[in-house]
Amino acid sequence: MNTRFPSWLIKVVALLMTYLIVFALISAGAIDDYVLITMVTICINIILATSLNLITGFTGQFSLGHAGFMAIGAYTTALITMRFPSIWAFLGGVLLGAIIAAIVGFLIGLPTLRLRGDYLAIATLGMAEIIRVLLLNFEFTNGAAGLSGIPRNVDWTWLFVFTAGSVLLISNFLKSIPGRDLIAIREDEIAASSIGINAVRAKTLAFVVGAFFGGLAGGLYSAYFYFIKPDLFGFLKSIDILIIVVLGGLGSLSGSVIAAILLALISTWLQDFPEMRMIIYGLILVVIMVFRPQGLLGDRELSMDTFKRIVPRRRKGTS
Amino acid sequence: MEQVFQQVINGLSLGSIYALIALGYTMVYGIIKLINFAHGDVYMVGAFVGYFSMSTFKLGFVESLLIAMMICTMLGVLIERVAYRPLRNSSRIAVLITAIGVSLLLEYTMMYFVGAGVRSYPPLPGFLNGSFTVGGVVIKNMQLVIIGVSVTLMILLQFIVRKTKVGRAMRAVSQDAEAARLMGINVDNTISLTFALGSALAGAAGVLVGVYYNSINPLMGLMPGLKAFVAAVFGGIGLIPGALIGAYMVGLLETGVVATGYSMFRDGVVFAVLIIILIVKPTGLLGKNIKEKV
Amino acid sequence: MKEILTLNQLSLSFGGLAAVSNLDLTLTEGELVGLIGPNGAGKTTVFNLLTGVYPPSSGTIEFHRGEAVHKLGGMKPHAICRAGVGRTFQNIRLFRTLSVLDNVMIAQAQRMRYGLVPSFLHTPKHKRTEQKIREESMELLRIMDLADKAGELAQNMSYGEQRRLEIARAMATQPVLLLLDEPAAGMNPAETAQLTELISWLRKEFTLTILLIEHDMSLVMNICERIYVLDHGLLIASGTASKIQHNPAVITAYLGEEVGDA
Repeated sequence: MNTRFPSWLIKVVALLMTYLIVFALISAGAIDDYVLITMVTICINIILATSLNLITGFTGQFSLGHAGFMAIGAYTTALITMRFPSIWAFLGGVLLGAIIAAIVGFLIGLPTLRLRGDYLAIATLGMAEIIRVLLLNFEFTNGAAGLSGIPRNVDWTWLFVFTAGSVLLISNFLKSIPGRDLIAIREDEIAASSIGINAVRAKTLAFVVGAFFGGLAGGLYSAYFYFIKPDLFGFLKSIDILIIVVLGGLGSLSGSVIAAILLALISTWLQDFPEMRMIIYGLILVVIMVFRPQGLLGDRELSMDTFKRIVPRRRKGTS
Repeated sequence: MEQVFQQVINGLSLGSIYALIALGYTMVYGIIKLINFAHGDVYMVGAFVGYFSMSTFKLGFVESLLIAMMICTMLGVLIERVAYRPLRNSSRIAVLITAIGVSLLLEYTMMYFVGAGVRSYPPLPGFLNGSFTVGGVVIKNMQLVIIGVSVTLMILLQFIVRKTKVGRAMRAVSQDAEAARLMGINVDNTISLTFALGSALAGAAGVLVGVYYNSINPLMGLMPGLKAFVAAVFGGIGLIPGALIGAYMVGLLETGVVATGYSMFRDGVVFAVLIIILIVKPTGLLGKNIKEKV
Repeated sequence: MKEILTLNQLSLSFGGLAAVSNLDLTLTEGELVGLIGPNGAGKTTVFNLLTGVYPPSSGTIEFHRGEAVHKLGGMKPHAICRAGVGRTFQNIRLFRTLSVLDNVMIAQAQRMRYGLVPSFLHTPKHKRTEQKIREESMELLRIMDLADKAGELAQNMSYGEQRRLEIARAMATQPVLLLLDEPAAGMNPAETAQLTELISWLRKEFTLTILLIEHDMSLVMNICERIYVLDHGLLIASGTASKIQHNPAVITAYLGEEVGDA
């Protein structure tokens, strides 16, 4: 079967089917607004988690400030589309927000990435807090009250294009020369330098790319949910994203996707008990680290090969 | 000038509280190289224990302080036993993630039981509530109590670490746990003791904050916890004198920022200072550089 | 012959402790030189100085390549590698959870970098480069007798194979000067003999200059043309194998210790 259908074709068909089925369900009214909100959350979380995974899971740089990049994207998009309510402004705003986030990632990454492990974690946390404090105090961001009445430009089509596109681009990047350099740095930074990898440059690049997609996710958020305020992008949001990455597996993009879906379902199920949701999140972190520190998928990817491996085994069992 | 002295007093009070929390951070970091994210939440639990002890059980300030310290001690030891000890040989990031998990657990378990709202400490009896004026500077008695209690506890801690057998064991384990084990030191007990001491101080800080600022909530540990950590890094993490110096500097800095009218920026300034320190001298004011062995 | 590496009064101290003091050392093109000495003599520290892991406290390191002279003291590790110095590590530092092929490919790719657009979009340029890197890496694995393990994880290989893979990875950066830190450590005599042959062959085939640290005296005495002996960070002797073997200072510092222990 794999000789007749190359795996990229299967992927394209699967993606298109997903898109069309959901599109049909929405058109037919089978998916109501409530379910759609969950799907939007899932998609945005997928982008956030895969981009954080690039930084933390693949490059091994522990970041606790991803929500800061999201905030930059969200505010940029909001401010632009509130002034120019058109689809082009929306697309330009999302792109600009992502670029500004990437620039901030660069400015912050360059000096702080010399720090190791937990020090970097604290520096990134500090950075995100500074962004939040600035948003609270700027006039044009309307302080703690935030911005409301942001035009909704995101529909299922855009959401799908951005999510699938982001995951695909990040996945491609990780299978390229600069992407593999990042994994080499995670494995052993000294060895990586000894074969000619400029570790500071590579880590900064990881930060910039991660920040770009973090910003992009923020843009989608504000273009769907009408309303943003600085407190949405605090420390807890960064932790939220981290939980997805850790649960799915540090170093597994498909793990992040699965965990984003799983956790969205859990939070929908527990939405009337917000404390319970956070208690369960806390438990997930502790239990995963104690019993399965590699997360659901470890650093492997769910791929067509995985299914091929599973299917023949079952056949053997039944025959 | 009076204004400056006033702010110095306020800064010292705040710094004392940060110092109590920062000591726990720094001791735990010194001994197992873990940023114990849950430490700020132990402080929060201390504040709530003090609250219930004073309001529900109508106990006095000193008794409440001691009870809070005791319960936090047990909590700290329990956290180490259940969450961190199984990860003794895991990567530092794994333990850090666990610590974040424990922090969420404490915060939201507390919220589940007491609700998310802010609670006020019961009014304090006579003396603690009073204040006096020296040359135009208003000094609250409570501020003196905070500074006094903190300094006493810190001297006590310094005595334990420097002069006693268990203190020597703590210092030995922080130098080289494996070597300490070979020398017959019970490493696990020593680490438990470190958590116990740190958590007791955090519990005391919780009660002091409760009576001083008069309002507590389940998420109150997050910010002071982070700032105390900043203080520990500021002075050189792992070093007890460093934590003290750092904490008082952060306390003074923060009151300074508030006094000059930029109170909205105070968290931002603290973190900006942190980032600058980490970049310029990541080992902090008193820290020494350690090279990674290749 | 032309000099390729010149250390001049090279010193490094940690705090007050001198790890290497006033070391003078010269390598000429195509030489295979041994660096020996008792444990803690500062041998690996010399490698770390040469590859930029530590900056020297004083003294200079000159690396000559063609007409160019690189002052390695103060250069970053990756720049030193790009200048043409490859190395292995005493305590094996592979990319453990990656495949054998990936370990070599990552090193091989460093000379064929491309921009971000091909990285994200996997353009034909990416595919062509990828193909080329893969072929060259496989070729290198064949040379190192690791081709049949290409798909395995580095951490699952035997000790000897891991050491060979480290050499393969260093070779993938196309060095002219190769620094081998105890390449035979943990190998049995048969493996060591094989490795000795491989090192000599690599030197000829790729016209390398090699400096190696080794405790296995059979290997050192067999293939090294000259030997430097370090003790407590000081150079105590240098010369041919036979000269070193009979040097009284070396015998007291090195072999004498072993006699004393026994």
